Amino acid sequence: MKKILGIAGLLVFVCAVTALANEHFYDRGNVENLIRRSALFGVISIGAAFAIVTGGIDLSIGSVVCLSGCLLPWLLVEHGWPVAAALPFVLGLAALIGVAHGLLITRLSLQPFVVTLCGLLLYRGIARGITGDQTVGFGTGFRGLRDLAAGRIALGDHLGLPGVPMPCFFIVAIAIAAGVFLNKTVWGRHLRALGRNPEAARYAGIATGRLTVLAYVVCAFLAGVGGCLWVLDVNSAQPSDFGNFFELYAIAGAVLGGCALRGGEVSVVGVLLGAATMQVLRNSIRLIEAIPQQIEFAVIGAVILGGVVVDQLVRRAAARRRKG
Amino acid sequence: MTRGTTRAHAPAARSEAGLTVRGISKSFPGVRALDRVDLDVRAGEVVAVIGENGAGKSTLMKILAGVQAADAGEMRIDGRAVRFAGPADAQRAGIALIHQELNLCDNLSVAANIMLGHEPRRGPFLAERALLDAADRALRRVGLDLDGRRPLAGLSIGQCQLIEIAKALSRAARLLIMDEPTSSLTQAEAERLFAVVGDLRAQGVAVVYISHRLSEVKALADRVVVLRDGRNAAELRGDEIEHGRMVAAMVGRDVDRFYQRRAHEPGYVALAVEGLRTSAWPQHPIHLKVRAGEIVGLAGLVGAGRSELLGTIFGVHPARGGQVRVRGHDLVLGDPRRAIAAGLVLVPENRKEQGLVLDFGVRANVSLPSMHRRARAGMFVDDHAERRLAEDAVARLAIKAPHVDQSVGLLSGGNQQKVVLGKWLAVDPAVLLLDEPTRGIDVGSKAEIYALLHDLAGRGLAILLASSEMEEVMGVCDRVLVMHEGRITGELPRAAFSEQAILQLAVGGERRRA
Repeated sequence: MKKILGIAGLLVFVCAVTALANEHFYDRGNVENLIRRSALFGVISIGAAFAIVTGGIDLSIGSVVCLSGCLLPWLLVEHGWPVAAALPFVLGLAALIGVAHGLLITRLSLQPFVVTLCGLLLYRGIARGITGDQTVGFGTGFRGLRDLAAGRIALGDHLGLPGVPMPCFFIVAIAIAAGVFLNKTVWGRHLRALGRNPEAARYAGIATGRLTVLAYVVCAFLAGVGGCLWVLDVNSAQPSDFGNFFELYAIAGAVLGGCALRGGEVSVVGVLLGAATMQVLRNSIRLIEAIPQQIEFAVIGAVILGGVVVDQLVRRAAARRRKG
Repeated sequence: MTRGTTRAHAPAARSEAGLTVRGISKSFPGVRALDRVDLDVRAGEVVAVIGENGAGKSTLMKILAGVQAADAGEMRIDGRAVRFAGPADAQRAGIALIHQELNLCDNLSVAANIMLGHEPRRGPFLAERALLDAADRALRRVGLDLDGRRPLAGLSIGQCQLIEIAKALSRAARLLIMDEPTSSLTQAEAERLFAVVGDLRAQGVAVVYISHRLSEVKALADRVVVLRDGRNAAELRGDEIEHGRMVAAMVGRDVDRFYQRRAHEPGYVALAVEGLRTSAWPQHPIHLKVRAGEIVGLAGLVGAGRSELLGTIFGVHPARGGQVRVRGHDLVLGDPRRAIAAGLVLVPENRKEQGLVLDFGVRANVSLPSMHRRARAGMFVDDHAERRLAEDAVARLAIKAPHVDQSVGLLSGGNQQKVVLGKWLAVDPAVLLLDEPTRGIDVGSKAEIYALLHDLAGRGLAILLASSEMEEVMGVCDRVLVMHEGRITGELPRAAFSEQAILQLAVGGERRRA
């Protein structure tokens, strides 16, 4: 609980500062946009959290987003695949990538960092190769699919109320499923145990290999879902930079949300708050004129560092209080 | 007290019930770890398995617990032959191994840890209520009054150990194998553990107890099985279980003069500590002196502040005041480099983490603090000098390693400790501080280290030795300072040594300084 308070507090703080600096922050359009982006980044942050809870990491998230985000329109538009074939294919491919990661990490004992770093390079390269480095999109077609994935449900536009972007439903469903899995099921319990103490897990008869593979499959699959949702939203994907740096946002969101990089700790609510904070931060940098656009990354880096430092100091103070 | 009750419970009438191990052999590349070893354990018995490091105890236990498979031999449980393909099989058969390094997850609750791997479930979902109930039952069996829902983080090692036992019991273990269970426990926690062992034995659970602490073995065990070089060396029961016979059986020769004491004429005051205040107990200023040629012991219970004191003198812990003089010169506190330069060195309690770089070889470890003195042009490592230094250390200290670049992580505890000593002897110290120097070390190596300490004292080193083993302190030291909660409660000259006297001071009784 305490960890959530920290990130919630940070989120509220950043929102408040931005709202004070620029009243357009709470414009209906801006709020909806923020919710939409938070939901999309929330999907991949939850995926990252699954990899991180095992004590590993997935640096290829952005590239999987790119591959799936480029592959979907390419299959649907260039090759006329039916949606019922293209969508499962793209998502299945993402899951397969996760299987590959998991097997390399568990069977060959390769470091997750290295395996997924190579993935980062590989999948984007494959996307660029397949599409001939051309921008892909849906043009004017596939309205139904695009509305389903990226539309909105109006709550009272004439009243000035923000609508509910469709990605919200996806993220809520995914978050609930993830939360139930991690907290209420046996596998979720085992996953957290193996992330903190793989020896103890093995000696307790837990199938550590299979669970680790599962975690990486979930991570890559959610990256695939994210990629599809994104491309359906923006209707255009350029393979050379679609999803660029997304793994950093995903990991930052997870870490801000309380997932310790050494494994074993995860809070779905925290991850969602972390992802939202990242997006609000980016939004703030655009809205607050005092902050030049160029230093966007610097500001984000500084805020994350600050958040983690404060968290560590609070932890130490709490430990001292417990001992004393 | 526990000590009385353990002897009164003789094992029940012998039956087929229990574990019977015959002719177990196991080889690894280059070494025969076990050679036709037999073992019997009956329900309600405490069997201690003792032996030097390398005698085969760990290998035997791993085979019993299904972690490794034997090359030859058979195991029978209640008369039925069994074969374990993995730890899960052994657990199902009722055998549980409680490791020295606890296998717990501190990000989960107590109950979650106890039931890890066999949680009650409804389909894929955890049955929380049933889980808590089962955990509670196990906790009560070990006498722990904890709420199963509380997180594991923050509990003491003693409590964690009991939780490991609860974990084993929750899997209906009938045979508990405990590997060095008291090595990190306080006296009170160890007593509680002995009480739990007594309870378990009364409940019909069998216990195999591995320990280097022969006094514990004597107090707890119904029978003692001694392994030496991978074979059964002796079995002692009842009154036969006593220190001298156990040691003799372990090393295979009469180790009289085990502690190798020789009296030396103490010289000048090599270490003077005046009004030193540690960070943990700034309210108690410490005064002590150690002369060249003296071995002074620091006794006390775990948590008395001995490690803090040694660490503060050496400089790894900050001091809140006071002075330390080495060889008559004031030492700048809080800086181990200056301490080493002044001739004051510390052999730390946790040799694997504080005393050695486990991945480095013997050579690199031995030369680590003194490399810069022998460096060429002040910068470049002198390979020849380093090698000679390491070879000297190996010869002088009888370090058993195939070659000087052998990774120290692969050496036995005794040999690792010798590497630490070798490292410090290379800087030619005047004062040697030692914190639990023979913890987890086999009897043979212990004797060698004692001989070494006396040899060094004879050459004029001043030695301050902190140890929880009273027999060791009384055997090795010229005089003993006893600590309790951060202050020195008394000093005992050799003539006044007794376990009782030390214990009395260790629990807070005062005694005028001699």
